[in-house]
Amino acid sequence: MRDVAIIGVGCTEFGELWDRSFRDIFVEAGVSALEDANVQGGKIDALYVGNMSGGRFIEQEHIGSLIADYSGLAGFHIPSTRVEAACASGGLALRQGIIAVASGYHDIVIAGGAEKMTDVDVETTTDALAAAADREWEGVMGATFPGLYAMIARLHMHKYGTTSEQLASVAVKNHHNGTMNPKAQFQNEISIDAVLNSVMVADPLHVFDCSPISDGAAAVVLAPAEIAKKFTDTPIYVKASAQASGTLSLHDRPDITTIDATVAAAKRAYKMANLTSKDIDFAEVHDCFTIAEICAIEDLGFVKKGEGGKASIEGMTAIGGKIPINTSGGLKACGHPVGATGVKQAVEVVLQLRGEAGKRQIDGAEIGLTHNVGGSGGTAVIHIFGR
Amino acid sequence: MTVARFWRRLKNLYNLIGTHCEKCGEYHYPPRNLCPKCRRSSRTVPFKFKGLGEVVTYTIIHSSTKDFEKQTPYILAIIKLNEGPHLTSQVICDHKDIHIGMKVRSAFRKLGEESDKGMLYYGTKFVPLVRG
Repeated sequence: MRDVAIIGVGCTEFGELWDRSFRDIFVEAGVSALEDANVQGGKIDALYVGNMSGGRFIEQEHIGSLIADYSGLAGFHIPSTRVEAACASGGLALRQGIIAVASGYHDIVIAGGAEKMTDVDVETTTDALAAAADREWEGVMGATFPGLYAMIARLHMHKYGTTSEQLASVAVKNHHNGTMNPKAQFQNEISIDAVLNSVMVADPLHVFDCSPISDGAAAVVLAPAEIAKKFTDTPIYVKASAQASGTLSLHDRPDITTIDATVAAAKRAYKMANLTSKDIDFAEVHDCFTIAEICAIEDLGFVKKGEGGKASIEGMTAIGGKIPINTSGGLKACGHPVGATGVKQAVEVVLQLRGEAGKRQIDGAEIGLTHNVGGSGGTAVIHIFGR
Repeated sequence: MTVARFWRRLKNLYNLIGTHCEKCGEYHYPPRNLCPKCRRSSRTVPFKFKGLGEVVTYTIIHSSTKDFEKQTPYILAIIKLNEGPHLTSQVICDHKDIHIGMKVRSAFRKLGEESDKGMLYYGTKFVPLVRG
C-alpha cells in the first residue's frame, strides 16, 4: 500500500445557492481544487463523487457521468463513480479515492462531494433525508432525523445530566467559528438564549440545534505521497482512513447514546496512524445536531462518556481550547449539503494544517481528524491527516 | 409507498409479530431472516410479542414529514419490549405524562394516510399500561 497525500483543495460557498445548479457547484469546487494543486485535467486518472440523493433532490441519477461530462473529462473517458452512504457520502468518496491511490490502481484522483438541497420544498427534503434511517421500521412510524437525534439527546440528558444550555453552547461556538469562515452559510453570532427560544423541532432539539438545508460542493486532489512535492510545497498526508458500519436503526443500537460505528472506526483509525485520541490537535466532527457533536467528542475519545456537554459549555472545544472542534463552523454554521460535508471537513483540516485558515487559524496544528456519519450512525468514516 | 410494500408487512405491523431464533433464544422485532448472532446457522421462526414494554427514550415531534403533518405534535419513542427487542413507535398519552421508564402496552391504531384519497396505514402504537 502506498502513502497518499492531498495536493489541492477546493470548496464552494455553502448556503442557498439559488443561482447555481448541481453541476455548476461541483465544477466550481473541482476546478478550484485542480488550480490549487496545479494539475491539468488531462492528468486525472479517476473521479469519485459523494452524493446522497440526486434522485430525490434534483431528480437526477447517473451523477458520475454528469460530473465527468461537465468537468470536461468525458473526452478522456476517465472512470467516474458516485458514492452513497447518506450524510457520510462525502467522507466515503474521499476514502474510495484514497484506496484507489494507495492500491496503486490510480495516481491522480479527484474525490469530491456535492448536494443541491434547495431545489425542492422543505417537506420533500425532510422526507429524502428520512431515507437515511430505516424507512420501513422508523420512517413509517413518524421518525424524522431531528426526532432520532432528539431521542439520543433525551436519553443523554437522563443518563448524564446533560442540559439544554450545554447543547445550545455547541451551536453558539460553531456559529462563532462560522463568522470567521467566508464560505459558511451562517456568519452571525447567536446566544444560548436565542437557541433556547427558537422554535422546537423535536423536543429537546430547537431549530438552532439543527444543521441547515444547504447547497454546496467540495473537492480534493489526491496523489501518491512520493510524488506529492512535484505539485505542491505543502502536501498534507493521509495518516489513516477508516470506516465502520453500525445498525441502520437507532433502536437496535446497544447504547442509544453511543454511535458505536464511530467508536469502531476511531479505534481502526488510531491504530492505522499509530496515534491515540490525545495526539489529535483539532477535529471536524459530524454535528448534524448539537447532541451529535457531544456524542462525537465522547465516542472519539476526546472526553469521557457523558462529559461532552460539560466540556462544550466550558470552552474545551473552542478555538484556543484544549481541542478545537469544527473550526469551519461545522455542519451547524458552515452548512450541511449532505454529500459534500465529508469532503469539506477534509478541506478545512488541510487549510488548518497548511496555516491558511485565516482568522480561524489555530496555533500549532499538526494532526487533524475528520469524522463523518451517515444516518443516525449506520456508517462512520474517520480520516486523520498530518503535515 | 405502493400497496404491496405495506401489505407484505401487515401481519408484523398489525399483530406485533417478529421473529425468535430457536438456536440462540434471541427475539427480534422488526423480524429478521438472519439472526445477527447466529447468521447462517439461524433458526428463525415467527413470534408474536405480548406487546408489553417500557419507554427507553422519547421525543415530541413538532416538525414532521408530509405524511404525519396532521398528527403533529406527536410522541415518538423507542420502546423496549419485555421479551428484549427495541422498536420505534408512537406513544399515545398526555404529553405531560410521557417519561423514560413509563410502562406501556401495544394498541392498534392508524399510522397515517397518503392523502385525502390515498391509502390509510394502520399498525401498532403504544399507550400507558396504567391510566392517569
